[in-house]
Amino acid sequence: MPQSVESTQAIAESDAIAVERTLAGDRDAYRVLVERHSHIVFRLAYRMTGNRHDAEEVVQEAFLRGYQKLGQFAARSNFGTWVYRIAANYAIDRLRQRQKEEARREVRRTEETDGMENDPLHRVKDEAPTPERLTQSIELRKQIEQALAALSDAERTAFVMRHWEGCGIEEIAAVLKSSSNATKNTVFRAVQKLRQALEPFVESKAQARAMGTES
Amino acid sequence: MKHMTEEELIAYREGVAEQRAPISEHLAACSDCRAELERIEAVLAALDTLPVPDPGADYGRQVWKEIAPRLPETPGRWWQTWLEPRRLAAAGAIMALIIAAFVAGRFTNRGGQGDSIASKERVRERVLVVAVGEHLGHSERMLVELSNAAPNDPKQKEVNISAEQRRAEDLLQENRLYRQTALEDGDTGLASVLDELERVLLDVAHSPDEVTPAQLEAIQKKIEARGILFKVRVVNKELQQRQETTTPAPAPSDSAKRERNKV
Repeated sequence: MPQSVESTQAIAESDAIAVERTLAGDRDAYRVLVERHSHIVFRLAYRMTGNRHDAEEVVQEAFLRGYQKLGQFAARSNFGTWVYRIAANYAIDRLRQRQKEEARREVRRTEETDGMENDPLHRVKDEAPTPERLTQSIELRKQIEQALAALSDAERTAFVMRHWEGCGIEEIAAVLKSSSNATKNTVFRAVQKLRQALEPFVESKAQARAMGTES
Repeated sequence: MKHMTEEELIAYREGVAEQRAPISEHLAACSDCRAELERIEAVLAALDTLPVPDPGADYGRQVWKEIAPRLPETPGRWWQTWLEPRRLAAAGAIMALIIAAFVAGRFTNRGGQGDSIASKERVRERVLVVAVGEHLGHSERMLVELSNAAPNDPKQKEVNISAEQRRAEDLLQENRLYRQTALEDGDTGLASVLDELERVLLDVAHSPDEVTPAQLEAIQKKIEARGILFKVRVVNKELQQRQETTTPAPAPSDSAKRERNKV
């Protein structure tokens, strides 16, 4: 969550006051915290879950859990980071739940389609998209979404928090309940997997130079 | 010329490389590695094109509208969790100890005013010693069980640690209470060990119900790295010794606190 030092400090101080007032029984003070941090938590949640419905659920659950656990909130942390971490943890739970549901659906699908391997329609569906189709951004987007979905929970979390959200390794390690070195490795594995999945569909500057198509 | 590995280039690009300068220098001189880095950057740039929908300017208000009816009257405070049925037993045991200590204090040592104050302090200390000792014993058992947990089958993908997690949650509440009391008593050594224990309990309490063997190993390594089991055992033993020596009466010595503060 990169922000200027001054603005981060000012927000943290104002958040601390809102937390105190909430604990003193002022529910509207919590409303201030929710309204202030919802967008940033949504962005993280969307990137982690990959869809709006799940992201919205993660945001709501993160603020609900934050309220329920507010008494445990330590002044040594700041509220934004704290609720962000709750959201990341819940998003991981959601991803796991979704993976289990998808695995169950996949088993059912396999059972249903058993014996359909020779169906011509089935074969067409499995064919790789043509290069022409892949040049369209919508296809690339589909490939990106698939590549992200193929990452493990930890890899996706590490990549989203590091690459897109600019979080520090220590902060990510705390969410993953892992060491700094292991977290760095997880970031590496995530980028490596994404590269393997997407490089065939992405033109690099070096390739563009070689083909004389660099703008 | 020895080229950069993919891992080094990704770490450099993502800002997690241990040392950036040698990689920068190498890149300035090596066109192969520059091209490799450009290929990595092209993939990352493509990923950056993935849009995040704008939830709208009034999204914060919408979230509030959704959650407000589901919020309890007051936010969770540490003492509210004591009212949960599963924790009432623990709370009752502590209350019984406090009452017993109070009664013992009333009917013993009816000496002068100074003696009375000293006696109250002794009673308070004895209560803390007994209760914290029990708490540390429970924490130790939970941590030992967690440290020894392992998948039943090597192929098992997840290990259920929900029992340890719930126990950690319960212990966390007690731990906070004892840490605050120890701080008020100026027993910084005990407060410091309880603070470290609290961090470990927090980690366990916030873990998922089911963890992969790798995650379990990471938790176990963390417990080991912090040496928390050793510290808990040392403090618990010291408390037991103190309990034995202070039970008849002698005033708690500051030296004992000072000794423990060194742990």
